[in-house]
Amino acid sequence: MARVDRRQFTRLGAAALAAGVTGSWTPSARAAAKTITVLNWQGYGTDEAFGLKAFTEATGTAVKHDYYNSEPEMLTKLRTNPGVYDVVLVNSARDSQAQAENLIDPVDLAGVPNAAGLAPSFKTHPNITIDGKTYGVPWVWGMNALAVRRGKVSGVDSYAALADPAYKGRVALFDDAVTEIAVAALLTGQSINDPSDMKAIGDKLKSFKDDVKLTWSSEDEWNKAFAGGAFDVSVFWSGAVARAIHLHDQPVEFVIPKEGAIGWLDNLCIPASSTNKEAGLAFINTMIDPKFYVQWATGSGAPASANNAAMDMLPADDLNRRIHKPEYLSKLQFMGALPDERRQAFNDLWEEVKAFYAH
Amino acid sequence: MTAAPMSRPDRRRALGTAALLLPAYGWLLVTVFLPLGAMVVFSFLKTTPIGGSKPLVFTTHNYLAFIERPYLVDVAWTSLRLGFWTTLLCALIGLPAALALARATRGRFRQVLFLLTVLPFWTNGLVRTFSWTMLLREGGILDDALHLVWPSAGSIGLLYTFPAIVIGLVHAYLPYMILTCYLAVSSIEDGLIDAARSLGARGPAVFLTVILPLALPGLVSGAILIFVPVIGSFMEPRILGGRIGVTMGTVIEDQFTQAYNWPLGAALSFTMLGVVLVIFALFSSVLRGRLMPAAA
Repeated sequence: MARVDRRQFTRLGAAALAAGVTGSWTPSARAAAKTITVLNWQGYGTDEAFGLKAFTEATGTAVKHDYYNSEPEMLTKLRTNPGVYDVVLVNSARDSQAQAENLIDPVDLAGVPNAAGLAPSFKTHPNITIDGKTYGVPWVWGMNALAVRRGKVSGVDSYAALADPAYKGRVALFDDAVTEIAVAALLTGQSINDPSDMKAIGDKLKSFKDDVKLTWSSEDEWNKAFAGGAFDVSVFWSGAVARAIHLHDQPVEFVIPKEGAIGWLDNLCIPASSTNKEAGLAFINTMIDPKFYVQWATGSGAPASANNAAMDMLPADDLNRRIHKPEYLSKLQFMGALPDERRQAFNDLWEEVKAFYAH
Repeated sequence: MTAAPMSRPDRRRALGTAALLLPAYGWLLVTVFLPLGAMVVFSFLKTTPIGGSKPLVFTTHNYLAFIERPYLVDVAWTSLRLGFWTTLLCALIGLPAALALARATRGRFRQVLFLLTVLPFWTNGLVRTFSWTMLLREGGILDDALHLVWPSAGSIGLLYTFPAIVIGLVHAYLPYMILTCYLAVSSIEDGLIDAARSLGARGPAVFLTVILPLALPGLVSGAILIFVPVIGSFMEPRILGGRIGVTMGTVIEDQFTQAYNWPLGAALSFTMLGVVLVIFALFSSVLRGRLMPAAA
């Protein structure tokens, strides 16, 4: 019936109507062979000036960057610009999708010297291991759990605190469907990536209503509201807690509840269409180098490294090191692949819950 | 007068008018109608047509959202209430301000007052909204000021309430009302008011029978300029409303940024556009009788 080839439509539409809006506009392909292009979030490690300088001096390879603002945009850029990118940062939850569309290549960790120090559980992580092959180099990871106000809240050991009458109007949630559904899944003993009982999850989230004061959507917003005393208990990111203490001097403490926490793992991948795969792999090797990580983490601040050797090189009192304890790894459920329909169902449920909070 | 054939100077003038209008309408055509047209197409798609090689599937399903997701009715009601209160407050504050500016100020003093009026236009919306959070929160500047004069008063924390959102929106949109009312009010001739007074009308009567009817076109155009964007606003509700701040604007924004469901976002936008047009249609048939003589 009314079917148009989607890719054709996208090309025409994107070019003619809204190149800027769709975000599929990219710099023209590079000319020199000794330049690689990295696709990542802006300001997320790979574009640290000191790291780029050291890499170019050591290898003679120049590094260019292109950025994305959402994971779907990252996939779109890979699909519509074959041959442009040589390294791409992928949330490992998206690896299987990228692999299914032949967007990323398997990597041989043996060819990446610094991969020797990677935590074993990350090297063989189910998110990045597909059909026995490894599709990315684990780079950084973090946890989403609870942050509580030090001095005012103590003894919290469960996500049930989010519905505890003691914290009426003192709770903040992350305005993100995947995260909040995962919290309710942990609380109802279900898989965070494939919960079987969505009704129970919706009811659990709705039971937070009296406690919820606000939902936050950026780290900056969280910091402003927390500093203003708007809430005492919150779903928050591990790395952001470290920054809140380190950079903003906030009285906040990170808690891994007994139900566990939500883990995420970002990996660096080689696009299947790259024409500079060796140089790309060399760049990845530099990125997981403990020396690079320590300078990044102690300088501008970084999530936890997937490389044990890098974490061991951090000063013993480093907040990142204290928060991201290796023993937590076993308590995490990692965000994994979500089929489009399930992602949509998550978003629809969260939208309904937010409307319930508001009325 | 019957339509005579256009004389040469007339034709030249028509061409001149067309040349003057072309840049504006050309720009509008490219920047408004093309993206809007694309959105109309999107709203009938099953999935966001960006990336992937899946074939396009057309559907009208997205337009059933209000039936399949009954909670959206509550959300839309919140948006309409926000639009109503914001517009009402803007009118109550804006008309007196416009009157004072037009009738009681002169020269440089008036220029300074005008500058203060349009100041909200020159500040970044996000900065403006965040500064309200500092003012409105419990233990914020407003709270402190109250306790300075009345120490025993309870604490007031307006932040994350419905009034907080309205305050932020009134701040953002008040200049539209002042400017449109100013234009209407400044064209009222002094003679009309003198005439009313000489016929024995006192202040309130002059206002109700002379000034208000003549200011009505300004009030109406101000209301339209304010009501429509407020219905779609998402930044102020999100930041100042906290848990309460779920509006059609935030739901639609979520579809574009979080859920990546552009078709549903587009369909919701057009549904709201339809609702707003119906409201204006009802409103205008009520007003038409009064507005026409004043506008003539």
